[in-house]
Amino acid sequence: MREKNRGLALFTFLIFLFLLGPLLIISVTSFEPGTVLKFPPQGFSLRWYENIFEVEMFMETFKTSMIVSLAGNLLALALGIPAAYALSRFQFKGKSLLNGVFISPVLIPGIVMGFAMLKYVIITYQLPIYAGLLVGHTVLMLPFIIRVIASSLSNFDFAIEEASLSLGAGRLETFFKVVLPNIRSGIIAAVLIAFLESFNNVDISVFMTGPGVSTLPIQMLTYVENYFDPTIAAISVLLMIITAIFMFIIERLMGLSYFTKR
Amino acid sequence: MKKLGLYLLLLPGLLFLTLFMVIPIAMTVLSTFFQEGSFTLEGYLHFLADPYFLKILWTTLQVSVVTTIACILLGFPAAYYISKLGPRKKGVLLALAIFPLLTSSVVRSFSWMIILGKKGLLNSSLLSLGLIEKPLEILYTPSAMMIGLIHLFLPLIIITLVGVMENIDPDLLKAAESLGASKFTAFRQVIVPLSVPGLIIGSILVFVGSLTAYTTPALLGGKQRVISTFLYQNAITLNDWHMASVIATIMIAITFIVIGLMNKLATKLNPKG
Repeated sequence: MREKNRGLALFTFLIFLFLLGPLLIISVTSFEPGTVLKFPPQGFSLRWYENIFEVEMFMETFKTSMIVSLAGNLLALALGIPAAYALSRFQFKGKSLLNGVFISPVLIPGIVMGFAMLKYVIITYQLPIYAGLLVGHTVLMLPFIIRVIASSLSNFDFAIEEASLSLGAGRLETFFKVVLPNIRSGIIAAVLIAFLESFNNVDISVFMTGPGVSTLPIQMLTYVENYFDPTIAAISVLLMIITAIFMFIIERLMGLSYFTKR
Repeated sequence: MKKLGLYLLLLPGLLFLTLFMVIPIAMTVLSTFFQEGSFTLEGYLHFLADPYFLKILWTTLQVSVVTTIACILLGFPAAYYISKLGPRKKGVLLALAIFPLLTSSVVRSFSWMIILGKKGLLNSSLLSLGLIEKPLEILYTPSAMMIGLIHLFLPLIIITLVGVMENIDPDLLKAAESLGASKFTAFRQVIVPLSVPGLIIGSILVFVGSLTAYTTPALLGGKQRVISTFLYQNAITLNDWHMASVIATIMIAITFIVIGLMNKLATKLNPKG
């Protein structure tokens, strides 16, 4: 029996080596001083990290990505919090259908969504590309915002809300002073999860590029097609650091069970 | 009055989704059945008659099936091991599995370009060990795509399965063993059937995910097209929007058929009925 457990432990170790090894390799190669990615690196240098800040396209697309992810996040919150509240608080006809509609953006293949948005949001509705990006990313983030906040609301005792109402506070006042503060950590977690989804998105953004407008992941894809120097490895390391920090905060706020529940 | 409030809460989100998702998707699907104002199936007939398109579809399905099976075979034992650990160790391993999942797919696919390239880590190691004489051509083949996709989706199936296995009552295993079942039989007769719902959800996520993934095939597949990169090529490079819409509709159809079939299977196989 011990024997079998040890076998299983070794197997699991190898699985994690497979999952994390490549990320470790990319991190190590980012310190390569030469112009070609090598493993192991031929020395230690931070020149490719400096290069990120010297290549204007990386800085510009990083800015676009930040603006789109942050503004889209706010928009998704404005649309998603009321919806999540209605879906958790009230029983009504057609509720599960509406639930489905709000979650549906995750069911449609991303690349299909990107193309359909290019076709209608950019061409038919004639929105500027920047606005198209914003709208696309808001649609993308909405299901994550709604799902996380709804699960946070499911732990909220609505009797507290009733108490506030019966003591004479208005519905809106109660919502802002009683309900929102109680689901604060859920909202922050929702924002972080949605931000990562949006910031890393390729499928929608790849259709929404134009003169001077593109997001960081798309710029990285274009760069990789033309150059094989360690700049992308250096950016990857910075992105992984941000991801790790976000994940740590999410774990603190609501544990990791959100990810294991389906 | 109460109803009005409910509508006010739901309406903004619904309008937004209708305008920017439902209409674009519905119109894209509808547009494939009309050309110059009259009903036609020409786009689909064209697709089905062209061996090049069919080969792309076939490659995509093959890659997705292999990826899904590999994820199940690799993920199931690992998930079982993790689910048996104490809370501390379990938390650490779950975090290590979730981290790659949250990491950019560009980063993850790029890491495999470093490893699988002609002068990549794998080839240079194998060459210096004298195991091969010429560098292996892995990058820009379906194998590279599969490796990249397995790397992309394995964490998803692991954490889904851990979520399900955690809830299996350990007493069931003990009961099976005390009734004379061997460890392995108990595992096969208790853990496996009770994990079926998680296995099915996990498989749907992996299969549909591989079928529609764009970044990994775009970076690791080279000239080898799959259906998603083919959609992009038609839309952007070739500017053939009718064909791109046909491909988009086929992708939606396959996605919904797979989800529907798996759901049916799930209700059928669910031991709780």
